[in-house]
Amino acid sequence: MTQYFQDYITVAVFAAFGVLLVLIAVGASALLRPKNPTPAKSASYECGMDPVGGGWSQTQVRFYIYGLLFLIFDVEAVFIFPWAVRLEQLGGFALVEMAIFIAILLGGLAYAVRKGVLRWES
Amino acid sequence: MSFTDWITDARNVVFLVIALVMVGAAVVVVATRNVVHAALTLVVALAGSAALFVMLGAEFVAWTVVLVYIGAVVVLFLFGIMITRAPIGRDSVRLDHVRRWPAALIAASVFGVMAWSTTAAFGGEEISDGVLKAENIGDLLFSRYVIPFEAVSFVLLAALVGGIVLARKDPDR
Repeated sequence: MTQYFQDYITVAVFAAFGVLLVLIAVGASALLRPKNPTPAKSASYECGMDPVGGGWSQTQVRFYIYGLLFLIFDVEAVFIFPWAVRLEQLGGFALVEMAIFIAILLGGLAYAVRKGVLRWES
Repeated sequence: MSFTDWITDARNVVFLVIALVMVGAAVVVVATRNVVHAALTLVVALAGSAALFVMLGAEFVAWTVVLVYIGAVVVLFLFGIMITRAPIGRDSVRLDHVRRWPAALIAASVFGVMAWSTTAAFGGEEISDGVLKAENIGDLLFSRYVIPFEAVSFVLLAALVGGIVLARKDPDR
């Protein structure tokens, strides 16, 4: 358990140094640089098309389906990890169980493809 | 055990910091005016719970929280907000509710009951043979919980089909 905590302390120290490095770099440049904003400079794209409308806008509902698909297969991936770790000990039974699990979820993916929600048309 | 004894243990200090950040983030989630900020602050609260799982030694659960909750559920929340509330900016809709104080009271009493029943049931007892690692979960999943595991796939399938039915543009109409 001590080894476990030491491993995570190493990770935490590295993460803290990473954050600190970015903070120092961005903070130093914010302190040192001259600040003289104009509306043109503050635009999202200083050159190119002028942005139209606000940054807050309603998105297409189809993004929701992509988000949902991502969530479902994310959960599936999470179940695959403990299965993969113990597959050699668990044997064929676990293999069949996981095949059934994935087949059922692939049925959902096939439904999405059949209903045409993955095609991008406007 | 006195407070000075408690605070000198480094693990308790880390726990205290994580818990305070989590409580602060959770308060911001319900108090902020902007729903998108609420969803983003929820990431901080969930990351705190993942850190607590890491401290308990439950690595797999911790990284599952990061992968599924922070990675996917919050993204789904954001999409849900972005497709429903067209002007999402500040003060577009009042997020407040007239019965906020009774709600806060009920939330506090739920916390009290949960905290009391957990401490009354387990007290200072140390729980051994916990399900910590992916190996333990894999063993349990394919022996005792194999039927629930397969049921999960049907729940996920139902969620997927339901989401598609709700979000799809029906070509027949």
